[in-house]
Amino acid sequence: MSATTSVGIPRWIYVPAAVGALFIVLPLVALASRVEWSHFFSLITSDSSVAALKLSLRTSALSTLLCILFGVPMAIVLARTSFRGQSILRSLVLLPLVLPPVVGGIALLYTFGRKGLLGHTLDVLGIQIAFSTTAVVLAQAFVAMPFMVVSLEGTLRAAGQRYEVVAATLGARPTTVLRRVTLPLVLPGLAAGAILAFARSLGEFGATITFAGSLQGVTRTLPLEIYLQREGDPNAAVALSLVLVVVAVLVIGLVRRPRGGQL
Amino acid sequence: MSLELTATIDNRDLDISFSVADGETLAILGPNGAGKSSALGVIAGIVHPDSGRASLDGETLFDLPAEWRPAHARGTALMAQDPLLFPHLTVLDNVGFGPRSLGKSRRESRELARHWLAEVDASELAARKPSQLSGGQAQRIAVARALAAEPRLLLLDEPMAALDITVVPAMRQMLKRVLADRSAIIVTHDVLDAVLLADRVVVMESGRIVEEGATKEVLARPRSQFGAGIAGLNLMRGLAAGGAVRTPSGTTIEGLSEPPIADDEPAVAVFNPSSVAVYLTRPVGSPRNAFATKVLELEPHGSQVRVRTEELSADVTVPVVAELDLMPGKEIFLVVKASEVAIYPA
Repeated sequence: MSATTSVGIPRWIYVPAAVGALFIVLPLVALASRVEWSHFFSLITSDSSVAALKLSLRTSALSTLLCILFGVPMAIVLARTSFRGQSILRSLVLLPLVLPPVVGGIALLYTFGRKGLLGHTLDVLGIQIAFSTTAVVLAQAFVAMPFMVVSLEGTLRAAGQRYEVVAATLGARPTTVLRRVTLPLVLPGLAAGAILAFARSLGEFGATITFAGSLQGVTRTLPLEIYLQREGDPNAAVALSLVLVVVAVLVIGLVRRPRGGQL
Repeated sequence: MSLELTATIDNRDLDISFSVADGETLAILGPNGAGKSSALGVIAGIVHPDSGRASLDGETLFDLPAEWRPAHARGTALMAQDPLLFPHLTVLDNVGFGPRSLGKSRRESRELARHWLAEVDASELAARKPSQLSGGQAQRIAVARALAAEPRLLLLDEPMAALDITVVPAMRQMLKRVLADRSAIIVTHDVLDAVLLADRVVVMESGRIVEEGATKEVLARPRSQFGAGIAGLNLMRGLAAGGAVRTPSGTTIEGLSEPPIADDEPAVAVFNPSSVAVYLTRPVGSPRNAFATKVLELEPHGSQVRVRTEELSADVTVPVVAELDLMPGKEIFLVVKASEVAIYPA
């Protein structure tokens, strides 16, 4: 990036900016200050903690996979076509971004739950989703999908269609264009979307506890475990919280790098 | 591979119809916004006209409203002003993209790519990424990539407009070589491209074709405003002789040639009538070209007067006409500085 030219900003603006930064940073410092470092390792390696961490990583990975499988095609359709009702569809797809997760959980329950919209059909097929690990993955994918769609659709629009047009005139079929030109060109956006979706899945709480419950080793992910431990063993809750903070910091670092510092 | 095209686009007020014969290169000339690029887009299948039909070699490209063949199935590679090389592929894989898309194996595609890279004198760039190329190199690669797709009709949209002026002559030479015996359409605003590359010219203005014909005829006797603006350019054809051009009638004209041309190669000297001065006696000294000739006719040309002679023309001001007492039949000398004359291989 070239040297920036600037006419300067008013000096007083540094004061509210600093307050805002402190507001974010101070709680993290407070959290770190409460960690009992002598017991830190044993706290985060207890059976329930390890089970929760493993479950979280596994379900988040699966939910990210779902976001890629269905979010990428959705972003392509939204970015590259126009049809009646497209803007309404886009708003609906992005709804989980602003919806309280607990509401999402209830909605999922009334879709996939026993008495839900698809519940009976699934029951006949012998499939029970609610309060299973599958439910955790679905809850996470529900809230994380918009991150993938938003990130990738923006990248697709910014990339434009000029390279795709050239590829088509060189004889490439639409599938070839997608595979050899479009996807490689928007890979940074796709990676950013996947990382954000993973992070959002890892932190999912409201929809999970509503739709999947809190069963150790089955549906009790790390955020649920932290919430539960807070009652009985605050030190364990603090230690596990710090683990999630570290993971979040790593994720932000991963997203920032491929996009040259622009988030 | 001959093309027949008729198309209208209502919201751009485009209504055109023309054809390209087998092995012919057609130049589409015209001012900005005349619809030249839209015409190419319609043929390539990336701009959807409201009505019309087109066929390439008897095969229907579109016949609206019923038929529309998608861009990838047309065999009309389009190359634009901007090379648009795929940034994530090496030069070799860029050139091999067309063959690969047409179902050839990776090895076969790379072999073809090497062949076409050699054809545009860019073999040594094969391993580079597009970001490591200069503008002229990138455009060469873009030509190779378009040719490697083995298009039945090659479409070039102002291929030299974005290039540094110093690399244009070499690029033009390369295009001349690869366009020989190939069906192609080149959209350009540079009359030299038309003169050196095209067999036939179509002049477009405001979405309509206003002139059409063999390049020489259109430029010699323009009927449209744009044609008149670009025509009248002085052209002398002959053989290269020590950096100058010697015409069959024995006249030698000095100029600047880039790249240098070997002696006895066909060459053309080009200069603008406004850089030609009129004298009644042969001027002495200074490296100038002077041609003894007779005034054929005088005609108004903007605020100036165009003095036409058998072969050349000069633009002079009205006071000069009065002072020299110019009239048809008057013996004059036309003088042009060597630095105002561009010499190209023909």
